[in-house]
Amino acid sequence: MITLTVNGESRSIKASPDTPLLYVLRDELGLNAAKYGCGLGQCGACTVIVDGKAIFSCITPVMVLEGRTITTLEGLGNPDAPGPMQRAFIAEQAAQCGYCIPGMMMRAQALLNRNPHASDEAIRSELQPHLCRCGTHMRILRAIRRAADEMRPKTANARSER
Amino acid sequence: MTQAVSRRGVLAGAGALIVAFGLSRAHAQTETGTGGGPLKHGLPGSLDDTPNIDAWIRVDASGAVTILTGKAELGQGLKTALLQVAAEELKVPLVRLSLVTADTARTANEGYTAASHSMQDSGTAIRHAAAQAREILVGEAARRLGVAATSLQVRNGEVFGPNRMRLGYGELVRDQLLSVEAKPTSRLTAPADCTVLNQPVPRIDIPAKVTGRSAYVQDLRPEGMLHGRVVRPPSYGATLRDCDIAQVERMSGIVKVVRDGNFLGVLADREWTAVQGMRTLAATTIWIEQQALPDSADLPAALMKLPSHDTTIHDTGSPGKPGILVEGTFSRPYLTHGSIGPSCAIAQFQDGKLTVWTHTQGVFFLRDAIAGMLRMPTENVRCIHAEGAGCYGHNGADDAAADAAMLAFATPGRPVRVQLMREQEHAWDPFGPGMVVKLRATVGADGMIADWHHEVWSQSHMMRPGPPGTLIAARLKSDAFPAAPPVALAQPEGGGDRNAIPLYAIPNSKVINHFLPDMPLRGSSMRSLGGYLNVLSIESVMDELAVRSGQDPVSFRLRHIEDPRARDVIETAASHFGWAARVKSSDSTGFGFGFARYKNLEAWCAVAVEIEVQRQSGVVQVRRVVAAVDTGQIVNPDGIRNQIEGGILQSMSWTLFERVTFDRTRVTSIDWSGYPIMRFDSVPGSVEVHLVDRPGDAFYGVAEAAQGPSAAAIANAIRDAAGVRMGGLPFTATRIKSAIGL
Repeated sequence: MITLTVNGESRSIKASPDTPLLYVLRDELGLNAAKYGCGLGQCGACTVIVDGKAIFSCITPVMVLEGRTITTLEGLGNPDAPGPMQRAFIAEQAAQCGYCIPGMMMRAQALLNRNPHASDEAIRSELQPHLCRCGTHMRILRAIRRAADEMRPKTANARSER
Repeated sequence: MTQAVSRRGVLAGAGALIVAFGLSRAHAQTETGTGGGPLKHGLPGSLDDTPNIDAWIRVDASGAVTILTGKAELGQGLKTALLQVAAEELKVPLVRLSLVTADTARTANEGYTAASHSMQDSGTAIRHAAAQAREILVGEAARRLGVAATSLQVRNGEVFGPNRMRLGYGELVRDQLLSVEAKPTSRLTAPADCTVLNQPVPRIDIPAKVTGRSAYVQDLRPEGMLHGRVVRPPSYGATLRDCDIAQVERMSGIVKVVRDGNFLGVLADREWTAVQGMRTLAATTIWIEQQALPDSADLPAALMKLPSHDTTIHDTGSPGKPGILVEGTFSRPYLTHGSIGPSCAIAQFQDGKLTVWTHTQGVFFLRDAIAGMLRMPTENVRCIHAEGAGCYGHNGADDAAADAAMLAFATPGRPVRVQLMREQEHAWDPFGPGMVVKLRATVGADGMIADWHHEVWSQSHMMRPGPPGTLIAARLKSDAFPAAPPVALAQPEGGGDRNAIPLYAIPNSKVINHFLPDMPLRGSSMRSLGGYLNVLSIESVMDELAVRSGQDPVSFRLRHIEDPRARDVIETAASHFGWAARVKSSDSTGFGFGFARYKNLEAWCAVAVEIEVQRQSGVVQVRRVVAAVDTGQIVNPDGIRNQIEGGILQSMSWTLFERVTFDRTRVTSIDWSGYPIMRFDSVPGSVEVHLVDRPGDAFYGVAEAAQGPSAAAIANAIRDAAGVRMGGLPFTATRIKSAIGL
């Protein structure tokens, strides 16, 4: 049996070791945010953070994830206490159907965790692996910019860099 | 021609296609599947079909208010907009309202959630029902309090009278109070008194979607649920010669393999096991395929060779007036809807009754189709809408529902969840049809258009359920249903000929619709139907006529249009863009403009763009976009902006990148590498949407209004930047480079 650390909790997994993480998150742990989009790593809808990096959960078998730290969108907050990334997407109304959005948010979160000062160009470039079919891209970019501004440490030093 | 006729068999498989095309029937068919005939009750919106107020508004003794709609949330913000309308007229805070959407057991039958009709159908019905419910409740309060209704005020779901008298809606309702037919007129809230309408109310569905709460049919997990996957044939009309079911049934965790004719499905306790079972089963299959697809190397020619029903849909003046001649052939390939989430459904068959949770656009029509497919009485099938990923028209939603129904039928009692695989969604999508437009026009010495001749070729844009033969599973099972007959949507909304009649004042003009009963590839409704290509064609020719006659493209349009609302959106977009003062920053810069009134009946939309065309590579970068839209009474300004922004970007993706590919046997664009769409490196630098406010006006459908104008603006900007007039979609870098001829 494999043990995974998901959103800070240790979870014993019954699925076979070759099962992609996506199916374990959704079907065994009841976490809805990561979505099946293509199963091929082409669209980004399944993206979660593993050890600080955005990965495609649809093509990552759980056998390689034992002992690593997995964060899904559920780990960033909930409707009663949304995290900064979630607040930003609500404030910008950055969704139409919303199916692709959790994956985008996770990649953006990973980017801002490692570079709180990411430029607009860096944000666009980072999101290249992700597809949105509703055409919500402009709002997604605005929401990530808003999240970055909110998440950045509010020190005098940080402000001066803006 | 004989070869073309033989293609009728493509979708028919082994059976014969029933060609039941008839003009009289076609005229009765609308894209929503409702209306299209004389009014039944003389009531506004969908009240005309479902006149009882309590079909739309229910108030219980506790004062809880439920709004019911037969339309569905597709990610377009419908739920929030309908609640705004209801809250405004009922004078109940929006957060205290609950909403039931399309459900064959509970809501009105409002046909398909399609054609940008939801606000005018359901929004209008709910607005009037809510206003009349409020008046009935006030009347009841007046009766109980023994005062005149005019002395009463309503707020927060309570009626206030003199001397601190107050009665809540819950106290006022009694049996059947709202179970009355609506009247033709209502006392609607005046625009100046509106506090919820025309406000950017945040979408009620977004918090759950951005926190991973259950928001989609994909997220439902009823107790005892099995996971199903289907094995689709490799091509249209393929027949299954052999497969090894026993091998798959021996796999650990596989519950059952279902074969019914050419239909194959796998059931498992776990989803990943179902996927593995599906793959294993697919690997054992042997199919007999046919080479029945057209030559993709020249799709426009193949389409124009098909037999057609020809109708002159517009004919004014006399043709052949001389002038500077502009001629163009415009074509679009088949396009896929491309939901990011492959279609999904859950079905449960228990005690002779089938329940299906589905993201279909038409629960009632789907119910009829599934009942027909399974030869069940209609009353034993219930379809409940649950959100899926955005669909943009008739995608795989109904097919996934039929697949789930087939598998649930084979395992009574257990709920069965089916999600299509990416390649199934891509290969078997009812595509937006490939189309051709030929347009020629002249501009006279006076700078006015002298002559206009537009012809359009397209197969049906309306192959939605209703008939069981619209469902893939019904075509595959052993007692297969015949392919559904091709449906022609009539003017004025039109199908392939949607927006083919120019809105401009042209004295001599003729428009011919060539409806193609054959369906070389499976096709149906996709956002804006033929409007996308017709507007691209008209606006490209308008631009070319202006350029060739030395006129400014925006001024040229204004010279040919009298409709003041059309002029307003054109002028609004042009002025916010800075059209008159535009200056190219380099010789690769191009400016383009596009305009249309969707269907010539709905919202007015104008789009201006600035692009760069890299001449060496043909790559287009969109720098900025400015749009203006008039959608009548605004319900949610941010919702409209969201829809128009989305329409602009989606249309740009269609225009620059998208094409279904196929060989003579199979569809070959079966994932996102074979069917590229816009990624973030092609997203515009900025997009602005300006709304023209029309307080007190009716609702005009807006969700599809940007598709044609955006494509036209891009085409015209490419012409401006690189001097080439593109006609064959998509305008890929390779094609633009080749047209430039460097």
